[in-house]
Amino acid sequence: MTNSIAELEDADCILVIGSNTNENHPVIAARIKRAARLKNKDLIVIDPRKQDLVKFSRLWLRQTPGTDIAVVNGMMNIIIQEKLYDETYVSERTENFEALKGAVAKYTPDYVEKISGVPADALAAAARMYARAKAGSIVYCMGITQHTVGTDNVKTLANLAMLCGNVGIYAGGVNPLRGQNNVQGACDMGGLPNVFSGYQPVTDANNRKKMEAAWGVKNLPDWVGMTMTDMLPAISKGGIKSLYIIGENPALTDPDSDHAIKAMQQLDLLVVQDIFLTETGKLADVVLPASSFAEKDGTFSNTERRVARVRQAIPPVGQSKPDWKIICEISNRLGYPMNYGSPEEVFEEIRQVTPAYAGISYKRLDAGGLQWPCPNEEHPGTVYLHKDRFAKGLGTFFAIDHKDPAEMPDAEYPLYLTTGRLLYQYHSGTMSRRAPGLAEKAPECQVELSATDAAKYGIAAGDRVKVRTRRGQITAKAQISAKAVPGTVFLPFHFAEASANKLTNAALDPVSKIPEYKVCAVQIEKA
Amino acid sequence: MSKATLNLNGMTVEFQPGQTILEVARGHGIFTIPTLCYLKDTTATGSCRMCLVEVEKARTLLPACATVVNPGMVIKTESPRIDASRKMVLELLLGSGNHNCLVCEANGECELQALAYRYEVPTPSFANPPGTQYYYEDNNSMIVRDFSKCIMCGRCVRGCNERQVNQAISIGYRGSHNKIVAKADYPYIDSDCVFCGECVQSCPVGALLDKNAMHQGRSWERRHVRTTCPYCGVGCQIDLHVKGGQIVKAMGAQALPNEGRLCVKGRFGLGFVQHPDRLQTPLLRKTKNGELQEATWDEALDFVASRLKEVKEKHGPEKMGGWSSARTTNEENYLLQKLMRAVIGSNHIDHCARL
Repeated sequence: MTNSIAELEDADCILVIGSNTNENHPVIAARIKRAARLKNKDLIVIDPRKQDLVKFSRLWLRQTPGTDIAVVNGMMNIIIQEKLYDETYVSERTENFEALKGAVAKYTPDYVEKISGVPADALAAAARMYARAKAGSIVYCMGITQHTVGTDNVKTLANLAMLCGNVGIYAGGVNPLRGQNNVQGACDMGGLPNVFSGYQPVTDANNRKKMEAAWGVKNLPDWVGMTMTDMLPAISKGGIKSLYIIGENPALTDPDSDHAIKAMQQLDLLVVQDIFLTETGKLADVVLPASSFAEKDGTFSNTERRVARVRQAIPPVGQSKPDWKIICEISNRLGYPMNYGSPEEVFEEIRQVTPAYAGISYKRLDAGGLQWPCPNEEHPGTVYLHKDRFAKGLGTFFAIDHKDPAEMPDAEYPLYLTTGRLLYQYHSGTMSRRAPGLAEKAPECQVELSATDAAKYGIAAGDRVKVRTRRGQITAKAQISAKAVPGTVFLPFHFAEASANKLTNAALDPVSKIPEYKVCAVQIEKA
Repeated sequence: MSKATLNLNGMTVEFQPGQTILEVARGHGIFTIPTLCYLKDTTATGSCRMCLVEVEKARTLLPACATVVNPGMVIKTESPRIDASRKMVLELLLGSGNHNCLVCEANGECELQALAYRYEVPTPSFANPPGTQYYYEDNNSMIVRDFSKCIMCGRCVRGCNERQVNQAISIGYRGSHNKIVAKADYPYIDSDCVFCGECVQSCPVGALLDKNAMHQGRSWERRHVRTTCPYCGVGCQIDLHVKGGQIVKAMGAQALPNEGRLCVKGRFGLGFVQHPDRLQTPLLRKTKNGELQEATWDEALDFVASRLKEVKEKHGPEKMGGWSSARTTNEENYLLQKLMRAVIGSNHIDHCARL
């Protein structure tokens, strides 16, 4: 997030797009609902489902799945036509405005309606509402990124925010919500194929030199590695021979997961380190029992860049060990000693080599979390980014066009399928399905469909339904829901016995390598 | 222009326009005004009458939580008249249900109990008739509602509607039949309740309880450990209540970003930590198509190291991948990329950010 969670309550307009916040980030949703309901602020929801936040919103734009760029370009076209944009901000802090203006010109309300189904008057109302807000905050999540045009979707939202002067101000910004407790931290720490910790590219010789000195090694690899979504397909071509997987369950979470499982079976070596024996662990040559968050010390970094302590509450369960200890023991056996006495010692090393974390210490964190960048011990942390100036200088507008999703409904597979999480479950369910209260509220996989589609296919609530795509088939219980819109069905991906990712399309965004989980073509019939 | 002032217990103090007596008093180090219905960041209702204070020239005692101050006000927060009033309120509250601390889960952290102790109110002079029936609900696996303990302070309702904005509960019925209701007085499990547990956390007495924590130890036997929630990316701060190596319950911590709030997963979803399915030992497949079998740490780690070396020698580091995890700590993610880059020599490192 460019801005902070607590600031949402002070935004004059919040635009939620591609985020089912009330179920996936309930505590952030509380801030949004407080703004809308108690502080009378404007809330716009753009979502293919009539999700919970809609009842708190002034406007709900229902776009056809995969048409976000058309909708947002349409909003920008109206904002430019009606001169509602922030001319001073655009001229002083951005570049390439003319290209944007040219690109969005053809997104007239009629054209946008043709692509997305959003009525012209609703589009204009949303454009005016967001543009007129003093501080407008855009909140998005995987509904934006999990598309073959995910990167373009994000850039389009950045265009909109910059156009209205909303980046670099209090309570504004472009705010992606991170889905997992430490996904921000995993990225910050260099758990990525192209960068060391602190987003320092591995292709830059100076960075390699710095890390070689810090780590006491020579010849760090200078090539960009593969992403997860590239590594799996590479296995069957012989490009990857061993995988060491910590706390991931690709047998359930990867798109077209039958293929992912077949690929992992071909590895020379599969090491899985987890707290449970997952579907992926069952394929492994060796499974190492790790300790959970409650059994170790460390830090997590949240979606607003806040680094906060994790503290040991109970001893390790069984013979499990904290992941950091296991990694150290493997390294020692490989001939490179890692003899850290505690996670705090590791953190001290992180500070040395990661500029954004340099000012953060365990001692400071005892008084509460700190938001990076925090370059030195006197720095209070950064509540919102890009104040006065973008990191790169001027903010660049990108001219972006709508593209259809990789797979569109047709005569054979006539409905859209979109996937996501439920309030009561989490990711592949390894944690949440073992909590009795959560299992009570969401015990099994249900396919959510509209009353119209249910009637069309002769399906009643509670019926077993076969859900089929070109990649696979599962059976789930029918849930006829007011959240669903005719033509689109929704599946959660938490349930191994009815795994939504047997159905999803492995088509990737070319830049981010994120799979298109949010759109594919599907057929349903009563089982 | 001089700042606005008022007289508080004989001291001249400054205040900000719009502040209440309670806020001014707490802002000047007076924490002795007792409250029950007051809940930070929500509408002050002044309904419990515990925080009554004397204001010169006012006709009656005034609720400190709901009275906005004016320049020149003369306020007394303690006096015999105030004490008498607070004692009477406590007697009435204690008489309104079965406040038996011996078996109450809230014993030791109950705000009503603490005030009864402070004002020396032993047993109620008035009570509901023997045999009065109170609503009791335990038909879900997360929250127990015991209305024999409810003092109708309304904190749960405001927590639900104003802090979480889940709009699941309200005050139903009229007069002495007042009761907290979910939907049209349904059990939580059949209502719009999303089990965030804000009501449990707001309750000053033992009327709303975390079911899994019941009979798992008294408040003074539990250690509190401040940590970060393991579910989504919000990073809520949690206080884990721990007794004898067991996590008894989770409470939202008064810290950013959540300021006390949690969702159903953070509060009631931590059962996985000490679940019997947890992996207890390393597992090793000793032959390629054999079964996974229990192994010692030495066997497993030696196997991993020797096989990693083999693959590296045979195929080179550029054929080796490592996946770190958004579930593990910063320190662990850092170490895995260090292992892959510095020790193995590969940049094939990634985690689940894309999924």
